[in-house]
Amino acid sequence: MTDNTQTPQDAHDKTVQTPSIDHAAIDESITLRQEVSGIGAILRTQPFWVFVAIFAIGVVMTFVSDAFLTERNMFNITRNMAFFGIMALGMSAVICTAGIDLSVGSLMGLCAINLALVLQAGWGVEVGFLACMFTAAVVGFINGVLIAYVRLAPFVVTLGMLAMSRSIAMVISNNKMVYEFGPDQDLFEQIGGGSLLGVPNVVWVLTAMTLFFLWVWRYSQWGRWVIAIGGNAHAAKLSGIPVERVIVSVYMVCSMCTGVAAFMFIGYTGSATNGMGATYELNVIAASVIGGANLMGGVVYALGAPIGAALVELIRNSLLLAGIPALWQQFFVGLFLILAVLLEQLRNRGGK
Amino acid sequence: MSLMELRQVTKSFGAIHALNGVDLKLEPGEAVGLMGDNGAGKSTLMKIIAGNFPPTTGEIRIENKRVHFTKPIDARENGIEIVYQDLALCDNLTAGANVFLGRELKRGIWPFRKLDHQAMNTRAGELFGELKSETRPRDLVKQMSGGQRQAVAIARTRLSEPKLVLMDEPTAAISVRQVAEVLNLIKRLKDQGHAVILVSHRMPDVFEVCDRVAVLRRGTKVADKKINDTSPEEVTGLIIGAIQAA
Ligand SMILES: Nc1ncnc2c1ncn2[C@@H]1O[C@H](COP(=O)(O)OP(=O)(O)O)[C@@H](O)[C@H]1O
Ligand SMILES: [Mg+2]
Repeated sequence: MTDNTQTPQDAHDKTVQTPSIDHAAIDESITLRQEVSGIGAILRTQPFWVFVAIFAIGVVMTFVSDAFLTERNMFNITRNMAFFGIMALGMSAVICTAGIDLSVGSLMGLCAINLALVLQAGWGVEVGFLACMFTAAVVGFINGVLIAYVRLAPFVVTLGMLAMSRSIAMVISNNKMVYEFGPDQDLFEQIGGGSLLGVPNVVWVLTAMTLFFLWVWRYSQWGRWVIAIGGNAHAAKLSGIPVERVIVSVYMVCSMCTGVAAFMFIGYTGSATNGMGATYELNVIAASVIGGANLMGGVVYALGAPIGAALVELIRNSLLLAGIPALWQQFFVGLFLILAVLLEQLRNRGGK
Repeated sequence: MSLMELRQVTKSFGAIHALNGVDLKLEPGEAVGLMGDNGAGKSTLMKIIAGNFPPTTGEIRIENKRVHFTKPIDARENGIEIVYQDLALCDNLTAGANVFLGRELKRGIWPFRKLDHQAMNTRAGELFGELKSETRPRDLVKQMSGGQRQAVAIARTRLSEPKLVLMDEPTAAISVRQVAEVLNLIKRLKDQGHAVILVSHRMPDVFEVCDRVAVLRRGTKVADKKINDTSPEEVTGLIIGAIQAA
């Protein structure tokens, strides 16, 4: 994890001294292989297999519960998953650099409180949105600078930020709930909780952001650099990529995705507490990893985030409808997280 | 006019004197082999020329102008490219993407400016072709043999039509079968008019592709001779110190 922050010469010397990849061995075992394309490429991606799992669970659930395939339930599932999906889009970028952001849940609480207080003070919804995004950007910036420039481990920095953000949210809110959102209250709650053409607004937001990230990972230079840093930060640095700046931007992107999710979420719930988003980091990281993000870095799928989030939400929903106590939810989220990593391992071994 | 000249270059890492007053001169299109035992200072010298760190004392001159490199980009802007010992490739990207890493081609207008995959792959394909390498631009580097990886790293240096290409132990980590392929790549670089400094442990490599050989021993240059005026036996003697200097 700290590899991505070494200076070129440190990193180079380190690789000189430790025997690097055994190319000779690779030579012997290798047969020419191409970057697979078309059907083959899709079959190899994790999001595809998670999609298959979602479909299978869905089929089973239609037999288990009549309520499952109702419009109402589908509306709820897609809406609930969308909040996690939006956050997972950003988390996937962080994970792609071989980093992690544990602070997203707490940040949601901090964004919620700042947003709510600004609205309560009588400002319009645009100002509230800017306050929310500014909060997110600042937290992401601090995370990024400590990780990229001060070279602290992402796990530690964001764990510290998890504690600090939550604490600041408590201080600022004086530990009180906010449910008065000023003159734009109705508009604000309509944005977060309303729907368009029968689809929740937040799902539209997730869709738009997913398409945006699809473009980013495929066609933007920033996306290419993020993927390169995840693959080999040392090589990226030597080829002139501003590695530190890109890493800071990645943490800011992750935080700002959480900012968007917070904005929609408070509008939807109609109240803001400083406890909002607690333990969401688990679900968001699970969604990203289930969707194919590799904690070793270098792999990212825009579609992985919503698909991973869909699976996590589907587990929750299915347990509920099947009458299994809600206490089991986190157990299954954790189980699927481990299964996803296992699947990734098996595919890698199989592919060698 | 010499292409590159080092004058009395020294480099100390604290108490370690990695280089002591090294002079080295290179003419355009010339291939020089740099030899020496482990720890002789070969990699340190290459990194100084490539701009990874500045020398402690001494100067670097490019086409008779004194230059100061503080980062690799400075050297690149002066027409010097390096193939690192560990190749510095991103395994998770394609060969084409690696060739253009950090200098991607784009098209369209902002904010719709996007990577031009087509153009990059076409150009990378041409470069592999010129190197007579079988490497295909769309292949993932992860799945490549040592020789193909070398081709990617070398093709990358050719992107900017450099005057000088530095190669640090390009044949150290690959199978015997692949060595010939890499030596051919180096000959192609020479044919295209690039000067080359080749760091190698392997005597046959240097005698096959280089015009001159320079020997470092414990940070000091002890010989600098035309290939035709020396022999593998003499060079071996110089490296291990059986012959003091030549
Ligand atoms: N970054 C560094 N810090 C301290 N010592 C170094 C560093 N790089 C190289 N050295 C030392 O300088 C000497 C020359 O190293 P190097 O140039 O790598 O030798 P070679 O490539 O000829 O094997 C060695 O004693 C090595 O330990
Ligand atoms: Mg060396």
